[in-house]
Amino acid sequence: MRAGRFLPGGRRADAPPHRTPPGEAALTGRGLTVRYGARTVLDGVDADVRAGEVLALVGPNGAGKSTLLSVLAGDLAPASGTVRVHKRPLERWPVNELARRRAVLPQHGAVAFSFTVAEVVAMGRAPWAGTPAAADDDRAVAGALAATATAELAGRRVPTLSGGERARVALARVLAQAAPVLLLDEPTAALDLRHQELVLRIAREHAAAGDAVAVVLHDLGLAAAYADRVAVISRGRIAANGPPATVFSADLLSEVYRHEVEVLPHPRTGAPIVLPVR
Amino acid sequence: MTAAPPGLDAAPPGPAEDAPAAGAAADLAGARRTAALRSAALLGGLAAALVLAALTAAGVGAYPVPLPEVAGSVLHRLGLPLGPLPDQIAQTVLWEVRAPRVLLALLVGACLGGAGALMQGVFANPLAEPGVIGVSSGAAVGAVVVIFFGLSAFGYWTVILAAFAAGMATTLFVYACSRSGGRTEVVTLLLMGVAVNALAGAVIGLFVNFSQNAELQSITQWQLGSVGAANWAKVLAILPFAVLGCAAAPLFARRLDLLALGEGPARHLGVDVERLRMALIVLVALLTSAAVAFAGVVTFVGLVVPHMIRMVAGPGHRLLIPGGVLGGALVVVLADLAARTVAAPAEIPLGVLTALIGGPFFFYLLRRTRARHGGWA
Repeated sequence: MRAGRFLPGGRRADAPPHRTPPGEAALTGRGLTVRYGARTVLDGVDADVRAGEVLALVGPNGAGKSTLLSVLAGDLAPASGTVRVHKRPLERWPVNELARRRAVLPQHGAVAFSFTVAEVVAMGRAPWAGTPAAADDDRAVAGALAATATAELAGRRVPTLSGGERARVALARVLAQAAPVLLLDEPTAALDLRHQELVLRIAREHAAAGDAVAVVLHDLGLAAAYADRVAVISRGRIAANGPPATVFSADLLSEVYRHEVEVLPHPRTGAPIVLPVR
Repeated sequence: MTAAPPGLDAAPPGPAEDAPAAGAAADLAGARRTAALRSAALLGGLAAALVLAALTAAGVGAYPVPLPEVAGSVLHRLGLPLGPLPDQIAQTVLWEVRAPRVLLALLVGACLGGAGALMQGVFANPLAEPGVIGVSSGAAVGAVVVIFFGLSAFGYWTVILAAFAAGMATTLFVYACSRSGGRTEVVTLLLMGVAVNALAGAVIGLFVNFSQNAELQSITQWQLGSVGAANWAKVLAILPFAVLGCAAAPLFARRLDLLALGEGPARHLGVDVERLRMALIVLVALLTSAAVAFAGVVTFVGLVVPHMIRMVAGPGHRLLIPGGVLGGALVVVLADLAARTVAAPAEIPLGVLTALIGGPFFFYLLRRTRARHGGWA
């Protein structure tokens, strides 16, 4: 597997003027509140997506994970609170400059009309059109296809793909964008075990290369294995935020998920394993 | 903190590892060049077919003129003294009767094909078409009002401007009503079309009811769709709108491709979706109303033509838009030729003919879309 190999090379010329130093927040949310009618879906949430880190957003259904991600992505305007990318408020970024700094993988990536996989992934290069980085388009697309194990699908039309293949193609498009901030909404939902691991390895590699990655996950095992930090979201608030080893306690998870949960250290790596009590 | 899985720590790639990626990139570039050649061939073929069809159509009729003489006459007019010249009567028939009609058909077709391609892109829906969703009949209401009251403040452009205003209002209305959560549901869009067409039909019927004979004939001709009343003044009136619209449309091609990913992803890729949408709605309304103002309601051209192009060359808008313009022009020139020759000396209205051919095609598209969605509900 040649996952993510294109990354340092594919970005050379594309790097936005000011990259965030590792450990500093590339994207921050402060006091984010979202209401649907009388229901408060997010209640004053703070979130930092730091360069060089994978942040996992976990929590039960309806807790507000995806809502938080869409607010961070700018798809949803919060009732109050601010999202900043590279310290500038989201709404003050010109839309194309923002696209060179932040890529978003939506939860459902339907494509109207039967574009080929190569065409869809090449759409990820749109923000770089007319810049010197456009010279890297083919390499970035080829790299993204290889990283997501979709190179052999390049000539296929998207409607002919399986759900898992489409999900990986959507991820390839997001990677081809070569933005230093990645927001991924349940990238593993449609994938089998091997491809779930592949996707999170890609997230890790991007973080190691200095990107800031936030990913919504349902699988706590994946979050424990791959995230630097986990934010557990419960009823519109952050119930806990920190490294998985400290955040994933049986008490906290049992309370948040309203189901008895056990947390054991992995016999070989010591990483926390989260299991529902059955 | 967890260690990256073995063998996958993100060391920068050496030159040796870059080689396959470079090969894959070259493959992509090669595939793109092949596609570009295919596009050029398709557009060139369409353009050649259009020229041939237009010359043929100009020669066919009650006073036939052989194709070489038509070509010769056109070349002489263009300042190239080549080819045989027809006799004086044929010259008059060609330039006073047939040429304006063929050119009007060509321009109307270009507008409709282009409008269809753009509209399907902006709605991200292959069933969107000015006639189907009611924009054509909306524009027709504007034009009928002008004809009925005999308004002519801006000459022939009065009809275009009124059709444009009404077409624009209808497009905005349909757009606003058929979207929810950034998506256009097929059913909602089609039902909006049914409602708008019914309402516009009622308004037009009202005007027809109170029309005098002269207006009645011109309004009826329109409802059925026809370029039979073509003259040079009309050709010159529609020309700037058609040229402007068809020249502006390709500028939106790349952004329309991105819109196929959905509004959110398009925005994340740097598209100012709101502005794009407004610009495209204005453009679609402009093209549709230019066509409707002089040919009445000619349906399905904007539906069938882009669909054919997509089947042949894929959905990319860089090809789809010019292909739709050329293909639309070709189809309407041929359809008008058929309309005036099939039952000669009688004429079948152009719009009736396109609907006869396009209608069944629309059924097929509907069934296919339904199957793909697993039913409408």
